[in-house]
Amino acid sequence: MQYDLEAPGRLQERFADSIVRVVVAAEDSTSEPFVEVIPDAWADIAAALRDDEAFRFDYLNDLCVVDYCANDKKTAKAVGDERLEVVYHLSSVSRKRQLTVKATLPRWADADAQTPPGLPSVAHLWATAEWHECEAYDLSGVVFIGHPNLRRILCPEDWVGHPLRKDYQMPLEYHGIRGR
Amino acid sequence: MQNAVEDPRILEFDVRTDEMLVNMGPQHPSTHGVLRLVLRTDGEVVSEVTPHIGYLHRCAEKIGENLAVRQWIPYTDRMDYLAAMNMNLGWSMAVEKLHDYAPPERGRHLRVIIAELGRIASHLVGMGAYGLDLGSFSPFLYAFREREGVLDLFEQACGARLTYSYLTPGGATADLPPGWTGRCLKFLEDFEPIIAEYHALLTSNAIFVKRTCGVGVLTGDRAISYGTSGPVLRGSGVDFDLRRDGEACYTRMYDGYEFDVVVERDGTYAAPPGTPGVPSDAVLGDSWHRFYVRMLEVVQSISLVRQGVAKYEAEDDLDHGQPFKLGAKLPPGEVYLETECPRGQMGFYLVSLGQANPWRARARSSSFCNLSIIGEIGRGCLIADIPAIVGSLDIVMGEIDR
Repeated sequence: MQYDLEAPGRLQERFADSIVRVVVAAEDSTSEPFVEVIPDAWADIAAALRDDEAFRFDYLNDLCVVDYCANDKKTAKAVGDERLEVVYHLSSVSRKRQLTVKATLPRWADADAQTPPGLPSVAHLWATAEWHECEAYDLSGVVFIGHPNLRRILCPEDWVGHPLRKDYQMPLEYHGIRGR
Repeated sequence: MQNAVEDPRILEFDVRTDEMLVNMGPQHPSTHGVLRLVLRTDGEVVSEVTPHIGYLHRCAEKIGENLAVRQWIPYTDRMDYLAAMNMNLGWSMAVEKLHDYAPPERGRHLRVIIAELGRIASHLVGMGAYGLDLGSFSPFLYAFREREGVLDLFEQACGARLTYSYLTPGGATADLPPGWTGRCLKFLEDFEPIIAEYHALLTSNAIFVKRTCGVGVLTGDRAISYGTSGPVLRGSGVDFDLRRDGEACYTRMYDGYEFDVVVERDGTYAAPPGTPGVPSDAVLGDSWHRFYVRMLEVVQSISLVRQGVAKYEAEDDLDHGQPFKLGAKLPPGEVYLETECPRGQMGFYLVSLGQANPWRARARSSSFCNLSIIGEIGRGCLIADIPAIVGSLDIVMGEIDR
């Protein structure tokens, strides 16, 4: 298994307007190659990545969300802009290649009302995305638009907040159980 | 009565069989922990399976963000507690990938020995518990008798019997004690002929074959789409094993080792002599195939441990790899690495901003993906088949809920 270093170029040819950036080798860190896409175009790009002969990424290894939000001054510089990054790790079983795709979202669609941001769902392309998207919604607070049944999958249904957000506070009390 | 027959609603009421919701778990012995399945049943036939997970959720990923990378090792033990060594290895290698570090040769062979012994122990539980699910008690006792041998070896190496925290970023916390390799080879010698007993007890047992053949059939395409891995994926005929096909920094560990990826090729398995063949009722991707792949993988692991011991002993350099300094700052960057654990591909994603703690520590669980197929392959089977399917997936709830 290797990183597919040709796929980013091919994606750029086909979806020039929808690719934010391509990083093949970062200079100051041991980053893996990745492609960053515009959230709204993700569903089309994902369909091409799965079905096109040149890509054939038929296996979704992982989907996770990284929250960038500094909670003190020391980390603020390293964190940079406040954002959520949704990271998809794809691989192709037949071609033995892998690819990382990212989409950057604002932390809240509406910060005052604490409405989580949205991203097109890919559950219709990779069946495994259905559970992974539920988990990402549950723990990190990203709404996947078009998901057949977006629900809290690990936390209880009446849980408040998204625990993997950096500014998350444990509840004081949950059904009579002391939280902190 | 005349009136009743004329009223169509009453007639319908008379012959209708009610659909019933049956709760299986979270404390059901065949759900391997705290899995709750809600079965919609029409008589004896299951029309819908809805799994409910999260009973063991402790947000290990959040804990990982608040600990140094080496301090998270004990938490990885408690994810897949039946293959804790392999979980230690997965996280250690992800951290090492971030540091662009490879352990010295002796440490590499040590890891192969330990990881493959872990696979043997885990598959033994999978096999024994599967017999238990299907109502056969004795294979469980046989399996635990031999697993004890592996646990004894692990105890001699690191002092723990279930949650080891032995393999760690940089290498291992200690080298193998003197005389360990001899005892390991002695165990393998005793263990290898016993596999024939397992085959007699389960693999070729008529009741076992009837209960598992054609039950819960998962096609290769669906297996890939659902992101299943390990014996579940290979049981569906997909020739994929990270020990051979994984990333270079992982496959490097198995450089110079010879092993077969256990998968059906041209309708047959490359099984050692004396192994029962595929029954005529078996369909590729059914519960029997998933079980069979596990049984054959144990044989491969025995051979890998033997090769590992030979290479380990031949190594002149005695450095087994020193653990990284606890609390040292991580280089900035992000890495994702999957390793082949007994239950499948365990992925760790580590985002570092140059602090001692990871900014994000993510565990991609193989059991989580393997369980997600239950809604699809459990539909239309009998209630009694549900334990047969869940058992064949060999899930560990600690890993699913994290």
